[in-house]
Amino acid sequence: MSIRTEPMTVNIGPQHPSTHGVFRIRVTFDGEDIVEAEPILGYLHRGTEKLAEERNYVQIVTLTDRLDYTASMTNNQAYCLGVEQLLGVEPPLRAKYLRTMTAELQRIASHLIAVGFFLQELGTFGGTPLMYAFRARERILDMFEMLCGARITLSYMRPGGVFWDPPAEFWSSLDQFLKEFPDDLSEMEDLLLNNEILMVRTRQVSPLSAEEAINNSVSGPVLRASGVKMDLRVLDPYDAYSMVDFDVPIGSVGDNYDRFWVRMQEVRQSLRIVEQCVEQIEPGDYRLDLPRVLRAPAGAESYGKVEAPKGELGFYLFSDGGVSPYRMKIRSPSLINLSVIDRLLVGWKLADMIVSLGSIDLNMGEVDR
Amino acid sequence: MALTDLHGDIVADKLSGSVPDSVEKSDLRNVWIKSEKLIEVCQFMMSEDDFRMDYLNAVTAVDFIDHFDVIYQLTSTSTQQRVTIRVSLTGRDNLQIDSVTKLWGGANLQEREIWDLMGIKFTGHPNMKRLLLWEGFEGHPLRKDFL
Repeated sequence: MSIRTEPMTVNIGPQHPSTHGVFRIRVTFDGEDIVEAEPILGYLHRGTEKLAEERNYVQIVTLTDRLDYTASMTNNQAYCLGVEQLLGVEPPLRAKYLRTMTAELQRIASHLIAVGFFLQELGTFGGTPLMYAFRARERILDMFEMLCGARITLSYMRPGGVFWDPPAEFWSSLDQFLKEFPDDLSEMEDLLLNNEILMVRTRQVSPLSAEEAINNSVSGPVLRASGVKMDLRVLDPYDAYSMVDFDVPIGSVGDNYDRFWVRMQEVRQSLRIVEQCVEQIEPGDYRLDLPRVLRAPAGAESYGKVEAPKGELGFYLFSDGGVSPYRMKIRSPSLINLSVIDRLLVGWKLADMIVSLGSIDLNMGEVDR
Repeated sequence: MALTDLHGDIVADKLSGSVPDSVEKSDLRNVWIKSEKLIEVCQFMMSEDDFRMDYLNAVTAVDFIDHFDVIYQLTSTSTQQRVTIRVSLTGRDNLQIDSVTKLWGGANLQEREIWDLMGIKFTGHPNMKRLLLWEGFEGHPLRKDFL
């Protein structure tokens, strides 16, 4: 005998420990199955795009930190590339390497958060993988502190280069990190990649086909998990990416496991990039000598874009000749990746919902801006 | 394969041959098209073998005081070419443009954001509500005459 059920609407968030910030989603259930899901956004909206119209070009760097606060470095990078395009300048070679290196360290830190919380939300092993992930992330944050004095809101990059040359202690900690982290990572991989419990919970759950992913403008690890080899570091190399060698891991079916797996593989590739940068970097200038208050020619426009840990992050800038941009648009990967949220959730069970959310790796600072 | 930007004039040439009366002007990066031809042009960009623009990078809008520009950045995942399409809307009140959500699902949230912050309505959008601010908020903050 089947039990008769009635649809029930439940609000999840904005204050919920597993929604990665102030994310609210209104879900309609039929029994345990999800029949409708609608994200409701704006709880962290600070009007970054409007604020930028009142700040000068250098001041805006600090605003970009607060977008995706788990990956400030790549936010800085995208914005600085946009301003450099606007001004028609190019940073010195050493700055390019420093940017590439720190951006890849940031990618490792961000992916570790994504993977750690994803596993935490599965309820695996009472939080052990999360602690493993945070142990390694902590070391990266310590290195960032040596670089610029901040751990989260870094503002390390500037239009025309980086803020400072790294101090000697940074290089020695980086060497030690590069020696020790691969073993820590292997430990995580041994525990997780072929883990049966994890596979049963995530394989074939919430798959996303390549066509759907492309049609919904999904980018980053979520797109690559669906088997589309799109990575701006390869397609349109910026900074020093054309001088380093790395692979782009892709998944096959785009289920929760693939999204997790792609991130784990990308951490390995990022390590490779950092190692090559350390080998290739040479002494030199770390910043162009630009005026404190920058002015771009009137009518100039640019689109600075990077492959951020969450996907394609772009800054569209339009200048009217003044000291601040006339318009700054942020193409935020987290927001656009949310377009597929109902496809990922509808038809699946309540228990898979939080896991699927974790597999997209949202950051509300970036969604709401 | 590397990303390449298509020259606006070349795209404009092809467009004016296949979708008559659609192009307003073009330059190095951009093609300006007429708002009433937007859906036709987008369908052409999607299906034409030379373009196959199946990926919509971003939709945005800029307030130029006497007119608004709605900007669509398209990429082809097969040829890795990119093109920027712009539509100019004159005036400031009751601005409307066709929604491209049916062609690219990725436009859904971005069009809602533009309505919310810039005040341009997208006709044919399945859920034309404010995205970041609450219903009942007065004005559209990214407009230049807001504060």
